Amino acid sequence: MAAEKKLAGYICTGCGIGERLDAKQLQAVATREGKLPSVKQHPMLCGAEGVKLIQDDIDAGNATHIMIAACSRRSKVEAFSFPTVAMSRANLREGVIWSRPAGDAHQETTQEMADDYIRMAAAEIKFMTVPESSGEQELNKTLLVVGGGMTGMTAAVEAAKAGYPVHLVCDEPVLGGVWKDLYKRVPFRAAAFDVPGGNDVDLPQPEDPGLDDLIEQVMANGRITVHLNAKITKTSGAPGRFSADISVDSGRTLTENFGAIVQATDYKPYDANQLPEFAYGTTPDVLTNFEFERLAKQANGAVIKRPSDGREVKSVAFIQCAGQRSSNAGHLPYCSGFCCTESIKQAMYFKAQNPGCDATILFDDLRTPGAAGEDFYRSGQQAMVTFTKGQASAVVAADGDLRVKFKDLILNEDTEMVCDLVVLATGQVPNTGPDPYAQLAVDEAPTEEEKAAARAALAVAPPSILNLDYRQGTDLPHLKHGFVDSHFICFPYETRRTGIYAAGPVRRPMDLKQAMDDAVGATMKAIQSLENAARGSAAHPRVGDLSYPRFRKEGCTQCKRCTVECPFGAINEDEQRYPQFNESRCRRCGTCMGACPVRVISFDNYSVDTVGQQLKAVDVPDEFSEKPRILCLACENDAYPALDMAAQSGEHITPFVRVIPVRCLGSVSLSWVTDALNSGYDGIVLMGCRRDDDYQCHFVRGSAMAAERLSKVGDTLTQLNLETERVAVHEVAITDLKRAPAILNEMAETITRIGMSPFKF
Amino acid sequence: MAKREYSFYPGCSSQKGASSSNYLISVQTMCEELEVQLNEIPDWNCCAASIGYAGGGELPRLTLSARNIALSEQHHPGQDIVATCAACWLSTREAAERLHEDQSLLAECNTALAEAGLKLRNETPIKHMAEVLIEDLGYEALQARVKKPLEGIKIAGYVGCQTNRPFGIAGESYENPKYLDKLVETLGGDSIPDYEKKVQCCGGALAFSEPEKSQEMVKGIIEAAYDHGADLIVTPCPVCQMNVEVYQDQINQTYGTKFQMPVVYYSTLLAVAYGRSAKDAALNGQIIPAKALDALAAK
Amino acid sequence: MGELNTAMIERYRNSFLKEVEANVEEGEWVKMCMQCGVCSGSCPLGKFWEHPPQEIFMMIRAGKREAVLQSESVWMCTSCYNCIVRCPRELPITHIMHGLAHYAKRLGLVPKTNPTAKFAQMFWDNLMVKGRVNELKLGLALYFMNGFGDGIKVALKNQKLGMAMMKTGRMNPKEAFGGHAVKDLAGFHKVLKKAQELEDARIAQNGPPAGA
Repeated sequence: MAAEKKLAGYICTGCGIGERLDAKQLQAVATREGKLPSVKQHPMLCGAEGVKLIQDDIDAGNATHIMIAACSRRSKVEAFSFPTVAMSRANLREGVIWSRPAGDAHQETTQEMADDYIRMAAAEIKFMTVPESSGEQELNKTLLVVGGGMTGMTAAVEAAKAGYPVHLVCDEPVLGGVWKDLYKRVPFRAAAFDVPGGNDVDLPQPEDPGLDDLIEQVMANGRITVHLNAKITKTSGAPGRFSADISVDSGRTLTENFGAIVQATDYKPYDANQLPEFAYGTTPDVLTNFEFERLAKQANGAVIKRPSDGREVKSVAFIQCAGQRSSNAGHLPYCSGFCCTESIKQAMYFKAQNPGCDATILFDDLRTPGAAGEDFYRSGQQAMVTFTKGQASAVVAADGDLRVKFKDLILNEDTEMVCDLVVLATGQVPNTGPDPYAQLAVDEAPTEEEKAAARAALAVAPPSILNLDYRQGTDLPHLKHGFVDSHFICFPYETRRTGIYAAGPVRRPMDLKQAMDDAVGATMKAIQSLENAARGSAAHPRVGDLSYPRFRKEGCTQCKRCTVECPFGAINEDEQRYPQFNESRCRRCGTCMGACPVRVISFDNYSVDTVGQQLKAVDVPDEFSEKPRILCLACENDAYPALDMAAQSGEHITPFVRVIPVRCLGSVSLSWVTDALNSGYDGIVLMGCRRDDDYQCHFVRGSAMAAERLSKVGDTLTQLNLETERVAVHEVAITDLKRAPAILNEMAETITRIGMSPFKF
Repeated sequence: MAKREYSFYPGCSSQKGASSSNYLISVQTMCEELEVQLNEIPDWNCCAASIGYAGGGELPRLTLSARNIALSEQHHPGQDIVATCAACWLSTREAAERLHEDQSLLAECNTALAEAGLKLRNETPIKHMAEVLIEDLGYEALQARVKKPLEGIKIAGYVGCQTNRPFGIAGESYENPKYLDKLVETLGGDSIPDYEKKVQCCGGALAFSEPEKSQEMVKGIIEAAYDHGADLIVTPCPVCQMNVEVYQDQINQTYGTKFQMPVVYYSTLLAVAYGRSAKDAALNGQIIPAKALDALAAK
Repeated sequence: MGELNTAMIERYRNSFLKEVEANVEEGEWVKMCMQCGVCSGSCPLGKFWEHPPQEIFMMIRAGKREAVLQSESVWMCTSCYNCIVRCPRELPITHIMHGLAHYAKRLGLVPKTNPTAKFAQMFWDNLMVKGRVNELKLGLALYFMNGFGDGIKVALKNQKLGMAMMKTGRMNPKEAFGGHAVKDLAGFHKVLKKAQELEDARIAQNGPPAGA
């Protein structure tokens, strides 16, 4: 800890700040009210000269806590990078002059805004310290890859190539997993572009699956240790210091330490026994796509014969979306994304191997994602595969023939076709462990009845794969349909267990090429994670942040809210049932801080005080001034940038709002809301990210937690005899450039309508 | 400036006493002014247009165009072929491309041509007159000769189908080609760039076999021109010109409309703007007189 | 013609698509249709088609041979090329329609009363006589294609138009006697005769199986 706090303020008058605002006044506020012993001005603080001005003070030991009043904290981050001191930023450019119209009529309120931001930043800095890592870190470069399929093997090979040792755990006697029956694979390339002679020249064709080659690479690599017939019986620790018990064939259990983990357990084929309408199970001539691939592999390029009587197949029908994209019980509600190209590939086997064979693909929507995509569809068409837009309703086996009944969706008629073989294009079921929250529901159920219900749900859950000894369950949390939850848009490999990365079809359904690409991405993230853990700095999205939750044990009431609500399962409980923070599992969102009713959790540079003191520092004019005050707590990931960008594009906001960025709405302490109401604020707007299944929250559950907690604020308001409209929670996206300012302006109008708060002093 | 020379394929409808003989006259006037020399392909034959497909199979149809190209290559070596009729241009160019792609068809074609001592090398670019104006000469050169700008005359540029699809004029879109609008502006007239029926089909040859269907489409083409306040319609295609101009009486009878919309060729516009007489501009070929142009030509 | 049709049915019993592929101009493209329907939506005469192009292509795959080859629809094409330029798969739809129409005509399956089929045949016959189209004769033939009585009616309806065309020099009654022609008519006929022979030979090769 720094011995003595030396506070210093720097006010930039560039970018029009000096012209639009009274800089002398700002200086006076910083000095007299902000109580900063040293306040300096510069016409271009982010320039070399301005930066030197600050750096010189720091180097001379005259500044340990600095307040910079200039542009948004999101601007000029390279110039204003002073890692050895604590720093706060007053947003005078985007937050004030760009958000307000020029002109005398607005001058007074605009200046008041700027004065307040100086007061706020000066208050904040007094409660910040320079974050330092705990010093308990170590570098462990070894990766654990769970899953011996193509995804897992790709992850292992990629990590090894990057110089990181790998243990590859495969629960089968051979490598290959769910991909090992592939006869050929859907091509990994698209058609060449701008080929002379037209777009249909040199279309991609089915390729060798590349399995043997990949296995050879894995086995030959000195950095990769393969465990066959192996299972993970226990995983504990955190990024940089995971420990896993691997039980192997012989009954022995090895314990190994890892820096990070990649889960690449792929998928399980859908159980087609749930499709009696397609005669599955009544005749061996109705097969799933997975079973047919095995048959094709056995044929190995020769004529493909019927399983029932060994007759050469002369006509085959592929039924797309079998047991998929349907709300029927036992069906998969989603599209598995690989089956259309898989069927095209398989239909092409017939065209190549069975002379004169008719191959018909019955589809509703033909979807061909992946590398070859549409080009592969054309490839199939060129090979004379018949594509019929039709919906199959039944398969009837009679007299050695199969009759496929379907509705032709183009000609709008019910019809049927006769064929020798039917292939059902069935889907992928993610091979994941049980959803930890299903298990948590058992642990936390208040009554025996509810416990029983939760147990029943858990009973049909799959067995654990990772066996994490986390407070929050044994495996990676799910989003829906059993797929691992990961931030779909921004950080797809990042799961809700820091340092454990999901690759391939455990994340979403996908084909081989996408799964292998996924493995590369997840492996790179895993490497980053273990390197970050060694430095004590955070993973996504606060990469490089050294702060971590500090915890005043003596104040803790063991309420368990933090351990339950942490979206990342970062907090275990010790023997005395106190929370045990695992620094490198933490993503620094502050959801624990927002959850804590007794305010004992804080970060060096972000705490109940750093925000609480800011909102208290605002000058609140009296009830008769016609100058209300609105507090806006805006998520730093989306809402705050949206406001910055709105200001950039010339949107104006009410001069009565004071915006404070927060790490996540999940970090919002209810005490800030009550403090603000008691301080005479007239309205409070909270802006967080979208929180449903298609959430945008960078911390997955933060925004949802906040909404839940804030749902009770209405009672507080009623108790205080205040209108419930005074507090509003909004989902704001980074693209809401018009809407975000409009929300604030609406609150100003609401206050005009319902009147000022009576709680002014 | 040296004269530009082209090997000219006038087509059946341009012949004396045929339905677009007025087109030929205005083209000749226009080319005089632009110092373009048209050397008619000796003894050319019909291209079969796009309606010959019932009687003519692939090879006989292609051979018709092949004979014309072969004659051009024999008599006017090195000269690009230019056609004024959209269907002639399209058929000839399509044939050339098909024969270029399919060597066995080309060989068969040459076997047939050999019967008359002809041989197709198939190396000649085949252009529409609009391409010559816009791509070879350019708007600037076209503007330089304007003596009587078409001031105050509002003209709907009706491009139609076959000069636009599938080949079209370089740089233009299929959905909203603007070259006629640019041409109108070049000549000092008022264009209607958002004329929404500019690429609507007029029915083509089905005007003869399915007149009700064709005339319903023509009605839309004329109506939209009136909606935009057009004084007249300009077109680059003889079938378009014929279909849109000559059935207006019948359309008026069927639909109770009062259409009297003149439909002229671009070449007529150029001839008038270049200061030539109504006769040279073939304005006397209009069944619905283009009064604004008549007045300007008389000035 | 009936014989050829029977032979083709026999030969391609299983697959009309293969028959189209082998015998129809540009027919090898039919398999590449992806059923998006842009062609049907782009056709200026779309609303008059019993089966718009998208459906025709599906019917070919579904083996609906008679329904396709006897349809009026394939004669509904104005050659506007809208479908061609819009087709995301770049199918030459206009040419396929013409090809199907021509194939139907070869097999003798054209609906008897289809006006465009008649007119298209007349146009071809007309130009074959002198190497150039005689618009007057073509027009007269058109008027009388449904018989003499009907022809007078149509001619009367178009009388005013004819007068206007004549007055503006765009129709010439003298064309009824002689009219424009290529000079080397003999050579022209020889070339076209040879082309027809070669075409027939190629069809024979694809067409009915030996001995049929």
